[in-house]
Amino acid sequence: MALETAGVPTISVHAPIFDGVARSVARANGMPTLRQAFVPQTIMGRSPAELRAFLERNDPVSNRPLMQEVIGGLTGALTEEDLKGVSFERATPRLLEPDTEEHLRELFIKNRWTDYLPIVLPTEERVAQMLTGTSHPPDEVVGRLRPTSGREYWEFTVEKVAVNAVMAGARPEYLAVILALAASGMSARSSSTTSFATLSVVNGPIRREIGMNTAIGALGPYNHANATIGRAYGLLSQNLQGGSVPGDTYMGSLGNWYAYSATFPENEERSPWEPFHVQHGFKSDDSTVSTFLGGWYTQAGFGTRDTWAQRLIHLLTACEPYLAPLLVLDPLAARGFVERGFDTKKKLIEWCAENARLTAREYWDNPWTQTLIRPLALTGVEPYATHLKAGADELVRMFRQQDINVVVAGGETTSAWKLIGASYRGNTVSIDAWR
Amino acid sequence: MHQRLTVHDPRGYPPKVTGKRLAARKETLEGKLIYLVDCLFDNSDVFMAQMQQWLTENHPSVHTQIVQPSSLREFTPSKSWADDPEMLARIRADGDGAILGVGL
Repeated sequence: MALETAGVPTISVHAPIFDGVARSVARANGMPTLRQAFVPQTIMGRSPAELRAFLERNDPVSNRPLMQEVIGGLTGALTEEDLKGVSFERATPRLLEPDTEEHLRELFIKNRWTDYLPIVLPTEERVAQMLTGTSHPPDEVVGRLRPTSGREYWEFTVEKVAVNAVMAGARPEYLAVILALAASGMSARSSSTTSFATLSVVNGPIRREIGMNTAIGALGPYNHANATIGRAYGLLSQNLQGGSVPGDTYMGSLGNWYAYSATFPENEERSPWEPFHVQHGFKSDDSTVSTFLGGWYTQAGFGTRDTWAQRLIHLLTACEPYLAPLLVLDPLAARGFVERGFDTKKKLIEWCAENARLTAREYWDNPWTQTLIRPLALTGVEPYATHLKAGADELVRMFRQQDINVVVAGGETTSAWKLIGASYRGNTVSIDAWR
Repeated sequence: MHQRLTVHDPRGYPPKVTGKRLAARKETLEGKLIYLVDCLFDNSDVFMAQMQQWLTENHPSVHTQIVQPSSLREFTPSKSWADDPEMLARIRADGDGAILGVGL
């Protein structure tokens, strides 16, 4: 669209499944007649001959020859609609029309404002009560979110965050955490075809103040704060960014159960290591929440027995190479690693980065290393550029140290640990700023 | 008679959308320079190479160049590779059109 406004005619070519979203994005950017063409099927994994054959076939949306569509999209006279585009304003009222509880519940479901689990209706009284959980005024702008690049940002206030917190069943004392998540700029309902969710880790005194569960079942449905803060993050993301609707504002092929609720606190008290937020420049008595995009794969294991190294290497090399793991360790497992000489998180991360290796052939034979990492390799960004030059059977490191993270959680019933694919991009937000 | 409730609208505030016109099109692509933008999704480079070959065979007087984003140093979920400012500047400088693909 930047090229069109600069006077360069364009046509974008998509897989047919993107028909709805491509047209929706064009309209939201004021150019509903932006030229689009569609290949018969997705191009991933197709041979050159198959792709050539696609060019000889019809565009499955217009049912006209594909290359005729492409050339036609760059030539010819413009229509009145092409010249004008479309302008419109969408208002969001503060309150909905009064109705019965039954009808309002139906309305929220019909409008896709829920995660299809029962919600608490955000009455004026409940929202006012929720707002007692922060000193910030209801009309203060918290931030902007959007489901994906190319979409327009939607803005939201403290009150709008509180509305979604009520819907999730959260309590006012959790609101500062939920506001910090909303202010993170990271959506928990990203539209990537990868089906990524967003995990969040809470650190600092707030964990105890609001009764979060750091111990037995910390990652499960066993604590009101853990569960409802994570759920509120998902609901606020979808409602404040303009939706998360399959085929339009959500394109994750499989979807992701982590998207229901994936917030947990670090068990700082039982961890032998520095807390995550302190690793990233905060003081131990600061309260923060950190967001991790992913939640795609999960590997798991127990203990640090004699063959721990081989088993950890097996799991690391089974990870997706474009998405480094967040290691979540029970305190027993963490102390087991300490006994093996890993007296800091950094040492464990260094070991993982050093030992997680794949052949270059396997590393690059992945749609997402091709899409997300190969472009960086081509422009000389290391270590990817060196990986690209490696021989097919040469072993290359899967992850940079700075992309691997470690958090301690759990209740010491067994020496359990997980590797969850999750990308951290320095996104740790102060909760104290939202009290 | 069921009690009627007043509840908040849970949605955020969308921006105002301002209509934008499309760029003027040429009558024909013959003799013109068309950039084929490889958006870097898996296999897009192969697809664009095939498209270039097709155009060379079927419209030999159309000049084509395949371009890729080249100045972005890190992947950011909120940005598309196609936002690369250096690549866009190059296309704006002398392009008579651009075919972008494959993906959003």
